[in-house]
Amino acid sequence: MKILVCISKAPDTTSKIAFTNNNSAFDENGVQYIVNPYDEWYALVRALEIKETSGADVTIITVGTAADEAIMRKALAIGADEAVRIDAEPMDAYVVAAEIANYAKNQGFDLVLTGKETINFNGAQLGGMIAEGLNSPYISIASKLDVNGNMLTLEREITGGVEVVEVSLPVVVSCAKGMAEQRIPNMRGIMAARTKPLQVLAPTVSEALTSYVTFASPQAKSSVKLIDPNNMDELVSLLHNEAKVI
Amino acid sequence: MRNLVYINGNGHLGKAAFEVVTYAKKLGGTVTVLATGKMSADLLANLGTYGANEVVINRGITGNDDQQIAAWIASQAAGADNIIFSNDFNGKAIAPRLSVRLKAGLIAGAVALPEADGSIKVNVFSGKAFGFVKAHSTQRIISLLPNSIAPEELGASCAVNEVTEDMGASTVRVLSVKKPEGAIPLPEAELVVSAGRGLKGPEHWGMIESLASSLGAATACSRPVADIGWRPHHEHVGQTGVAIRPNLYIAVGISGAIQHLAGVNGSKVIVVVNTDAEAPFFKAADYGVVGDAFEVIPKLTEAINKFKAAN
Repeated sequence: MKILVCISKAPDTTSKIAFTNNNSAFDENGVQYIVNPYDEWYALVRALEIKETSGADVTIITVGTAADEAIMRKALAIGADEAVRIDAEPMDAYVVAAEIANYAKNQGFDLVLTGKETINFNGAQLGGMIAEGLNSPYISIASKLDVNGNMLTLEREITGGVEVVEVSLPVVVSCAKGMAEQRIPNMRGIMAARTKPLQVLAPTVSEALTSYVTFASPQAKSSVKLIDPNNMDELVSLLHNEAKVI
Repeated sequence: MRNLVYINGNGHLGKAAFEVVTYAKKLGGTVTVLATGKMSADLLANLGTYGANEVVINRGITGNDDQQIAAWIASQAAGADNIIFSNDFNGKAIAPRLSVRLKAGLIAGAVALPEADGSIKVNVFSGKAFGFVKAHSTQRIISLLPNSIAPEELGASCAVNEVTEDMGASTVRVLSVKKPEGAIPLPEAELVVSAGRGLKGPEHWGMIESLASSLGAATACSRPVADIGWRPHHEHVGQTGVAIRPNLYIAVGISGAIQHLAGVNGSKVIVVVNTDAEAPFFKAADYGVVGDAFEVIPKLTEAINKFKAAN
C-alpha cells in the first residue's frame, strides 16, 4: 500500500501570536515551528501503524520553502520513508491542494491523509480540495481508520455524533483526535532521517484564489468582575441583566 | 447579487440553518437555498422567514456524500455570486470540493459579514487572532462559523421546489450512526458548562451535568480530562479539540492554559470558577468566582433554578 501524508508547519501551541508589517503578516520572531499537530499525531502516526501491521510505503509531502525541511526531517525521524517538498510559498489552501493533487495524480497512492485542519489557519480545506483534484472520495474529520484489504472502515464526526462508513481505496481522509497516539522520535529515527530521500520539486500552480489582507488580535477583556462565592444570586442576576446571556 | 445557501436536510432545521440564510440575505440580493435529504417541504418553507426567496430540494441525494452534493451545487451555480455553507462537518467537506470545481475562492470559518473592502473576518490561530480574507475569483464561497450572526426573522415562508436529480451512486457506504440521545451538539450550543482537573475525578461530574441541565447548556471539558478518560473526547474544547463560540462559557476547575483559551475565547461571556485566584483563566474571564467548585456549583445551580422558576 502507498500512503501519502500531507504535513504543514505550524507555530508551537504555546506561541504568542503577533503580526508585523502593518498587521499584514504573521510575526515569526521567536516562534518555534512544529509539524501541525493533526498532521503529525494522527495522520502520520496512523500511516506508520498501518505500515507496521500490514506493510506500506509512507511518503510525506509539504508545499513550502527550504526552511520547512526541519519539520520534514522530524516527520522522517518519526518513521516516514521518504519526503517530497514542492518548492513554493503555500499562498492559500487551493494552491497547496492543487500542488499536492498534481504530484499525487500519477503516483498511484492508495491513501492520502491530512490533518483535520492546521492550528494556524483552521481552514479544514485541504483534504476536500485534494479529493476533488484527484476525483476521489473524501472522509473528513475521521477519528478511526481500519484497513481491510481494499476497503477502509472509518468513524467520522457528524453534527452531534459519529458516523461509521466504509469506502474502497483510493481515498482521501482528514484525521482527528482518536485515530492514533502521539509518538516521540527516538535517536535511531533521528539519525536515519538524515539520510532518507527528500525530493524537491518545482511548483506547477501559480494562482491563489484567496489572500489575507490583514490580521487582528482579539480585544483584551476588561478586568474580571469577581463575585462572592456565597452570592450566586448576584452572578445569575449579572448574567441576566448585564451580560444578557440567560 | 445572487446568493446560494446549502442546507443538509438530514439533520434538524435549526439555528445553524437560520444563521446561514440570514447571512446570505444580509449580503443583499436574492437567496436561493439548495437542500438535499429527507426534510419535508413544509419545514423548509420556514427558511423564507429568514430571507430565502426559494428553496430547491434534490430528493435524488439522500445521504451526506460530499462528492454528489458538490457536483449538484456546481450544476446550479451559474450566475451565483456567493455560495454559503455552515462550517459544520458537511460544509467542511463540500465547500473545498466546490472551490476546486468552480475555481471560486473559499473563505473558511467566516465570523462576520464582509468589510467595506470586500474582505471577510475569519478565525485564525485557533481563536488567538482574526484574519481578513479576500477572494480573487468572481464567485465566492463562504463557510460561516456557528454562532457568528444572530438569525433574524425578516419575511414570510417561501416556495419549495422539489426536484429529483440522480448524481450517480455514492462511493461511501454508511454502516451505522452513533448519536447520543438528547445531547446538545457542542459547536451549536449557546450555553456551555465545562470542567477540568479541578474536579478531581469523573465521579464528580454529576454537579456539572445538573448545572448544565438547569441552564439548558451543553457540557464540555479540558484536554487533560479527556486524555485520562474522565470524559469523552468529543467534549474536549481547546486548540486541538473543538473550538466553540457560545454566548456563555462557564469554566469550572480549569486553569486556562493558552491552548484551552484558544478554543473558547470566541465565547461572548466567560465565567470562571477556580480555587486559585492566580489561575490565568481569570484574565480572560468576564466574571470570576474564587472558591471551591464543590460548594460554588451547587449554589449556582440552585440560584439558576430559582431564577428559572421566577422568569
